[in-house]
Amino acid sequence: MSVTRLLTSAALALGLASAALAQDKTKVGFIYVGPIGDGGWTYEHDKGRLAVEEHFGDAVETVYQESVPEGADAERAITQMALQGADLIFTTSFGFMDPTLSVADKFPDVKFEHATGYKAAPNVSTYSARFYEGRAIQGHIAGKMTTSNIVGYIASYPIPEVIRGINAAYIHARKVNPEVEFKIIWAYTWFDPAKEADAATALIEQGADVILQHTDSTAPQAAAEKAEGVITFGQASDMAEYKPRPRVSSIIDNWAPYYIARTQAVMDGTWESQQIWHGIDEGMVEIGEITDAVPADVKAEALAMKEAIATGEYHVFTGPLKKQDGSDWLAEGETADDETLLGIDFYVEGLTAEIPQ
Amino acid sequence: MPRLERRPQPSARWTWLAPPLAVLVTMVAGGALFAALGENPFEAIRTIFWDPLFGEFAFYYRPQLLVKAAPLILIAIGLSLGFRAGIWNIGAEGQYIIGAITGAGAGLAFYPMEGWFIFPIMIVAGALGGFVWGMIPAILRARFGTNEILVSLMLVYVAEQLLAKMALGLLRNPEGRGFPGSRNLQHYPSAHNAELVANTGIHWGVVAALIAVIFAYVLLTRHLLGYQIKLAGQAPRAARFAGVNPARLVLICLGLSGALAGLAGMFEVAGPAGQITIDFNVGYGFTAIIVAFLGRLHPVGILLAGLLMALTYIGGEAASSTMQLPMAAIQIFQGMLLFFLLAVDVLTNYRVRARKTEVAP
Repeated sequence: MSVTRLLTSAALALGLASAALAQDKTKVGFIYVGPIGDGGWTYEHDKGRLAVEEHFGDAVETVYQESVPEGADAERAITQMALQGADLIFTTSFGFMDPTLSVADKFPDVKFEHATGYKAAPNVSTYSARFYEGRAIQGHIAGKMTTSNIVGYIASYPIPEVIRGINAAYIHARKVNPEVEFKIIWAYTWFDPAKEADAATALIEQGADVILQHTDSTAPQAAAEKAEGVITFGQASDMAEYKPRPRVSSIIDNWAPYYIARTQAVMDGTWESQQIWHGIDEGMVEIGEITDAVPADVKAEALAMKEAIATGEYHVFTGPLKKQDGSDWLAEGETADDETLLGIDFYVEGLTAEIPQ
Repeated sequence: MPRLERRPQPSARWTWLAPPLAVLVTMVAGGALFAALGENPFEAIRTIFWDPLFGEFAFYYRPQLLVKAAPLILIAIGLSLGFRAGIWNIGAEGQYIIGAITGAGAGLAFYPMEGWFIFPIMIVAGALGGFVWGMIPAILRARFGTNEILVSLMLVYVAEQLLAKMALGLLRNPEGRGFPGSRNLQHYPSAHNAELVANTGIHWGVVAALIAVIFAYVLLTRHLLGYQIKLAGQAPRAARFAGVNPARLVLICLGLSGALAGLAGMFEVAGPAGQITIDFNVGYGFTAIIVAFLGRLHPVGILLAGLLMALTYIGGEAASSTMQLPMAAIQIFQGMLLFFLLAVDVLTNYRVRARKTEVAP
């Protein structure tokens, strides 16, 4: 260790040791599952972080750690942030659930916010967005626009959030196009451009002319751009660089208002553990511009659906709906309750694929 | 112009000098990289190499070093035996996964029963799982002469599929609300590989890694099998004349390294990771290959190399978190370490000579 000792003394001698951080600032930490430049999920969370910085200026300090693997390493990353004096930590992937709870237990004075999970504690809140509302609109556009009647779906992990999205998209595609068929590829990753591009290409080769993705990179967009007549939707972020085709619309996750509100709550001392699930209505889910590649009447219908969902007039999961095995799920006019949706582990009738297990 | 002259035999001095020199060169080149990114290179290097050991939060990082190093050392020790004998197990990652599955599976089979015997059963199951996975390439090579590099590597991907299958099916937590992943073994006292002494990071896997180092050292210096392993690697023909049975050696080396990798997986899943999840494996089996070579395939060298590697991981994460360095830069930095080790190794096998002017006689 003499080498490090030497270097350190050099650093100290030069007075380069980092200055102690001011204690009066509220420190907000973010744990990301992907790189901030993924162009999708993590990119949007980081936009939320930057919005917090902009909103509060010098009153806050934000830190983040990107590309944190879900598992044992996550616990260390979160602990590290808590040790370094973070007052509030957002852990932005479902795989950070148990590590977040475990660190929260050791740091009762630090507030934690875990995205898309279901376990809470006195100092752990959960928050998520009703992405499925956006999926319904995508399904509608997909059902209207497909000519091969094959819709490709790049799924990440078989967790309720993803299964919910597939169901929502399928229900609304089938409603306008009874012939439609969904082909689903499980990528088992949130972010792996090469794998995602392969999945998109494979789906296109199987005849899909619409690609829906629940993974975070823009690679499927790039793959679809090369193929003739394939449309896609931006995932988590607008992915506007692929407008007007292949990307015809998008689901944008807007975390900024929530992050600002929760930071404010910590500053005011009013932070309390809560479990929230916001949708189009609250602005956490936004629908990106529907481009002119979509026929005007389809666009109008999609926007009307968005409006109906926002006002609460229409629920995406409204009966009659059956489960894939043919058993009844929702009766005529009945809507799904949140408890069922949060733990959904079945497909609706008509989907031919099987959920991996 | 200096020129390189091949040494009659590798320099013993440089064999041991090369790794520290590689670390030093990595610091310089890495520092330049961080400087190019607009960061203070001294602070970055200090954050990576110094702070985890002696910084403000060393009380947390030091135990974490052991947690991170233990599986690396355990796996690398097993690999080094084979590597010395010219038997290339590249699939430790797969054996690690299978050990975790069988270890966790054995524990969960008893859930929610409590008993002292559960953890020992898990240890045996984990070692056995890794052993069996290692025996596949071993038997295929011994029987049919297949290439164990390819077979063991391909079996990693098979193991990963099996892991996903287990996380989604058989081992899935029935109370997991539709999410994949097994029950958390940290919450099941009889199966939890807990810290033996609070806040030291020392769990059974750390103990096992130390035992493995001692065991390998004794094996290589005092035991006939160790002699055979070394001989088979250095002079395969001579080894055959000396009565070494190559097929037996393949089975032993792959079986042993498989069992150790399986043990590492079992200790990891029952302790730091807690759960069988789709993404349970994070590359320990591959990183251990670097550790084995960085440690010169020597047990003590591997012990030090494992700790150094763990330091670059933990320090790298710390630098990424506190200095907001991009994770990609940290990974480049870690890659440099192996790159420079290989580069500096030139000095082990070659001598640098100043070019003499040839004078006509």
